[in-house]
Amino acid sequence: MKRRDLIAALAATSTLTYAGRVWAAPRTDARLLVVFLRGAYDAANVVIPVSSDLYYQSRPTIAVPRPDANNPNAAIALDANWALHPSLKASLYPLWQQRQIAFIPFAGTDDMTRSHFETQDTIEMGQPVQGSRNFRSGFMGRLATVLTESKPIAFTEQLPLVFRGDRTIPNIGINAVGKPGVDDRQAALISEMYAHHKLHLAVDQGFQVRDDVYRSISTEALEANRGAVSPKGFQLAAQRIGRLMQSEFNLGFVDVGGWDTHVNQGGANGYLADRIGELGRGLSTFADAIGQPAWNNTVVVVISEFGRTFHENGDKGTDHGHGSVYWVLGGGLKGGRMVGDQVAVTQANLNQNRDLPVLTDYRAMFGGLLARMYGLNEQQIERVFPGTKPRDLALV
Amino acid sequence: MLRRSGFKASAMILAMALSGALIGPARAATTLSPADLELIDRVTWGVNETSVQQMQAMGREKWLQWQLHPTPQDQLPAQAQAEIAAMTITQKPMPQIFAEMAEMKKLADAIKDPEEKKPAQDAYQKALSQIAREAAARDILRDLYSPSQLREQMTWFWFNHFNVHQYKGDIRLTIADYQDRAIRAHALGHFHDLLAATTRSPAMLRYLDNADNAAGHINENYAREIMELHTLGVGSGYTQGDVQELARILTGLGIDAKPENPKLRPELQPQLVRNWLFEFNPARHDYGDKVFLGHPIQGSGLAEVDTAIDLLSRSPATAKHISREIAVFFIGDTPPDALVQQMTDTFQRTDGDIAAVLSVMFHAANFTTASADRFKDPMHYVLSAVRLAYDQRVILNTGPVQGWLNRLAEGLFNKDTPDGFPMNALAWTGPGQMATRFEIARQIGSGPAGLFKPDQPGATDQPGFPQLQSALFYDRLRQTLAPATLAALAQAISQQDWNTLYLSSPEFMY
Repeated sequence: MKRRDLIAALAATSTLTYAGRVWAAPRTDARLLVVFLRGAYDAANVVIPVSSDLYYQSRPTIAVPRPDANNPNAAIALDANWALHPSLKASLYPLWQQRQIAFIPFAGTDDMTRSHFETQDTIEMGQPVQGSRNFRSGFMGRLATVLTESKPIAFTEQLPLVFRGDRTIPNIGINAVGKPGVDDRQAALISEMYAHHKLHLAVDQGFQVRDDVYRSISTEALEANRGAVSPKGFQLAAQRIGRLMQSEFNLGFVDVGGWDTHVNQGGANGYLADRIGELGRGLSTFADAIGQPAWNNTVVVVISEFGRTFHENGDKGTDHGHGSVYWVLGGGLKGGRMVGDQVAVTQANLNQNRDLPVLTDYRAMFGGLLARMYGLNEQQIERVFPGTKPRDLALV
Repeated sequence: MLRRSGFKASAMILAMALSGALIGPARAATTLSPADLELIDRVTWGVNETSVQQMQAMGREKWLQWQLHPTPQDQLPAQAQAEIAAMTITQKPMPQIFAEMAEMKKLADAIKDPEEKKPAQDAYQKALSQIAREAAARDILRDLYSPSQLREQMTWFWFNHFNVHQYKGDIRLTIADYQDRAIRAHALGHFHDLLAATTRSPAMLRYLDNADNAAGHINENYAREIMELHTLGVGSGYTQGDVQELARILTGLGIDAKPENPKLRPELQPQLVRNWLFEFNPARHDYGDKVFLGHPIQGSGLAEVDTAIDLLSRSPATAKHISREIAVFFIGDTPPDALVQQMTDTFQRTDGDIAAVLSVMFHAANFTTASADRFKDPMHYVLSAVRLAYDQRVILNTGPVQGWLNRLAEGLFNKDTPDGFPMNALAWTGPGQMATRFEIARQIGSGPAGLFKPDQPGATDQPGFPQLQSALFYDRLRQTLAPATLAALAQAISQQDWNTLYLSSPEFMY
């Protein structure tokens, strides 16, 4: 299905009335994965403002060199002002060329605490920063309630704040999955014990999810036996998530840690380059694993709680800052471009003289994206992001 | 009483119970009612043979009074005592641990070469985590084996109520002290004292950012959560203005690790208060007058905080908020309104006497019926399974228990947000959560699971598996099972299989 046909179909289905009420009817082939980089990744060294002299003055030991075809350590030009970290050359740059990835610079929240905890909570709750907040309600949890037909899952050890809410959302630590210890005979007996119990649906669905995940992992093991290199870390997780979102789930969340680079973060090579390379390979693996036609109907959004200080610190690292760069990927994306408001990266334009400003609020960005993806109306967006005016960035 | 061979563990438990100083000769007669058993299951971290024998020996009322007012002589089994005695958090005073760790951090931070600095900082982080793991291990040993079960349950309850997250800053270093001196010491005492102790705790002052709250640089985080979560409750009528005023009152309460006193103008020096890491720094305090919850409070330093604590802990909204939370913890999602009201009245009449409030709840005629539907959160689930499986046989490694709690998403000190772990059943009955629970049932039921393998190189686990088909089961627990559960248990092919099924049964979840 062509993207425009899909959106037309979404528009047609979005106002269907079912049992007397308007309901959101996401196409079962529309899929959303949110990837949360916990610890605040140093966006300025990954999607790099290469036209800014301030960037090179501020980061004498960690800056990534300007684009240069003869230098393998140089950044890869995206447009006149921005370039990509070289560790993403093989994984994500091809997606840029195919217009399947967009970057949103100057993105983030209006939370100025610069506290990881506070701001991660802020993002996950998706509620206005001012006033009393409900820690039992996350924006993806509310989205799962609005999208009555969605099949949500958190690929995390614990159910994250972002998915808390009225619906019961399964979670699974995707890298820790092994062969289930409770065998089929025991599962059947346990299921019988709950046959007339109010938890019987949860129990049966729990065994189902467990078996689905394990089956997809067994397939992976077979392929490894045929000589495939077995991936590790996030790449392994991304492969598994891709398989599961191809067939079983359509609304996913995963988090990746290790971004709080106060010390010795490196430049074109080094710690952050390795982490970002692994992330890029993972996302590329995800696209392959989910495969066609699913990839064409999938959107992946990569976010982080805030950016880091624009100037490097005394330890060849960076401290807590403000504006970040978000990534949006998908087979049907209107990508290959920098999206949202921009300003020149100069000292005068820095936030509080230390970090990048936020010009695109994450809730407004998500609101606009969700409206396009699922054909949600204003009231439905208001339920997901109360008090937010959606911003249509025409991402899909 | 011992009906089958192979119940050596039960025999040993009986012998231990008989030799215990607290308990008189156990009566052979089964004088306990199902309601008595239910009460034991609620007051403790889970019913087991020892707790049944204790109530049987003492009688229901005397046993309950003992739980409400534990004596200092109540001791852990020798093995558990030895494990706690060997811990760094026991052997060294907290200030010493803190000083040593601060030195380690200083040395790591001073390293110039970034290549060498990172491993040094990683080693520091690892040492921090080890201190917190000890605090968790101590907590688990107390929960499993302490005779003062109600105090241990209330310690967890209050920690969760006044939650801090171990991974913020260096809280891993202060968490053992916070749990022991601020929380556990007041767990069955007066709410006012408990609240006051938390306001002077380094862990809390760090976690909710009051260490950064100073005149001219107001941080409202702690002020808001004190009212919203710790005392009055959300929607109880306080205003944003009250939050701002309380934040001003709390200015200057912070943390200071330096040995020397802060430099102060002479007239402020008498106002300085220091107690280990806690510091009230008058130079950081806003000495202007305030109006808090309608009461004028004259700018006077730390005394303002005492006034605010009095106002908060004696507010009817607090009495109601706390009483309801206690009722939900013990009874489940929908405690009877009349009972919550009775508890609230008692809270107000006794100036927040926690044991008195609990006593009203446990003595309520409808307590047993009302609490029958309380779903065990992971903490109750895992601890009740291990208590039932091993009773007084002390585990040598709490690592597996910590791991199970983490897998079930209720790890000790691991809740990142200040609202603590949720107590409603819906939070724990998700499909993935049930499947994980059954996996853990199988691990506990079918082998030693690493519980008897000391945490040291070359150690081996002790072979075997628990005998859950015990006298306690045949005498008392079996009668509570539904036909579907009995039918499934009848198809077990081994003791391990039976254990797994029993720990997975709907009845064991409540």
